[in-house]
Amino acid sequence: MDGAMILEWVLKSVFILLFMTAGFAYTTLFERRMIAKFQARIGPNRAGPWGLLQPVADGLKLIFKEELIPAHADKVMFVLAPVITVIPSLIVTAVVPWGGVVDLFGRKVPLYLADVNVGLLYIMAVTSISVYGITLAGWASNNKYATLGGLRSTAQMISYEIAMGFCFVVPVLLAGSLSLVDIVEAQKKIWFIFLQPGAAIILAITMYAEVNRAPFDMPEAEQELTAGYHSEYSGMKFALFFMAEYIKMIAVSMIFATLFLGGYHFPFVDQIPVIGPYLGPFVLLAKTLVLLFGFIWVRATLPRIRYDRLMAFGWKVLFPLSLLSVLVTAAMVLLVK
Amino acid sequence: MIIVFFVLAFVAVGCAISMLITRNAIYSALFLVLNFATVAILYLILGAPFIALSQITVYAGSVIVLFLFVVMLLGAERLPGGEPLRWQRFIAMALGLVLAVNLGLAITQQAGDLGMLAAPEKGFGAPVEVGRVLFSQYVLPVQIVAFILLVAVVGAVVLSRSEEISHRRELYRKPEAKE
Repeated sequence: MDGAMILEWVLKSVFILLFMTAGFAYTTLFERRMIAKFQARIGPNRAGPWGLLQPVADGLKLIFKEELIPAHADKVMFVLAPVITVIPSLIVTAVVPWGGVVDLFGRKVPLYLADVNVGLLYIMAVTSISVYGITLAGWASNNKYATLGGLRSTAQMISYEIAMGFCFVVPVLLAGSLSLVDIVEAQKKIWFIFLQPGAAIILAITMYAEVNRAPFDMPEAEQELTAGYHSEYSGMKFALFFMAEYIKMIAVSMIFATLFLGGYHFPFVDQIPVIGPYLGPFVLLAKTLVLLFGFIWVRATLPRIRYDRLMAFGWKVLFPLSLLSVLVTAAMVLLVK
Repeated sequence: MIIVFFVLAFVAVGCAISMLITRNAIYSALFLVLNFATVAILYLILGAPFIALSQITVYAGSVIVLFLFVVMLLGAERLPGGEPLRWQRFIAMALGLVLAVNLGLAITQQAGDLGMLAAPEKGFGAPVEVGRVLFSQYVLPVQIVAFILLVAVVGAVVLSRSEEISHRRELYRKPEAKE
């Protein structure tokens, strides 16, 4: 563990944090432009060329907004809740590999921060922690709508986390390892989505529920709950919730691409001479972008599901189906062996 | 490493005490989460990442979230102030004193071998190893635990729907009673 090694880790960590934050800014712009296209509008195009400076303008606006704390709110929790929401979404991608080992500045650099042998469990742990921020925000606001929104999102996220966990088991069974690097390497020949399309579809649905996006954006249903858990938040505290939602979107897209779409592998890309091994991150980013477009497409297309149907769908449809897909995968793995 | 251990131990014990003292159920639950997290980091230091992350996923991530959920749903944040059993306090004090003396004696008499443990060899407590042991050596306890959990789940479903079931029975019974 020499000094250069520590420097390498620090640089990678800083890069991931900065990338996620910048990614958040431009995902909002991407979403607004795309939704505008879906609705035959133009969308934000005034700030900079193609509206590229729009996120900067939004950020400046939010900084100058007044920060309100409601009367009789629990002040400590009210301030802590946005922070608790953002941190898990920033750190969850620490175990996602961006590429293989490459030569950079004369030393072998693996393009991943941490290859721990419990990588997938780490993702489970961090996503299960991320429920707290939303729940506490709802409770600390001292507002009925916010509390209801917080409770709904807790129930929703816990329910869908179970099906999500079982879908995580499928790539683990197929690759024989909990490490995400091993899972990606096992998909060099064939992506897991072709081996287990059912589990991939269930994981995609639970992902939408896990990040509270349409059609599962129940916690913030505007019409019935004003804005759910963040109705009382303003200024930068509101921006933190907004940030957490979009960073989570990017993070789950990257995780899905890693688990079922072959991560940084794409056929023939690593055989390109010289630059081949360096293209891993770009392949991963391209897959992430496609999945993000999926998020936006679904939001522009599907109406929101009613709350009781959402819970029934999670427990009575997705949960048994995910169990079944684990069973089928286990049988498949045993038969092939 | 020993400094990290003492900091973590201090935080863990502090969280546990605050959890008992605080009169707000939400804060109690959150102190418990912090306690679980510090204990998880202790596991990490001991070279057992699997146990550490399981601890966070299961206890911090699921159990306490359900606690919070119930507390918020019932609006039971404020715990009652006074202790209903007054005499309990004096007995608790006496017993606590005995425990402290006992611990102090144990530490002063056997402090000689309170050294750092050697780190376990690489691969110890890895998921593969844990799985192998669980499903070969301890397969019977695992099965028994799974069965108990199943009974608990069925029990929860029956209890939560008992009213509905009895209501349905009455619906079916009524036409017979008329005849």
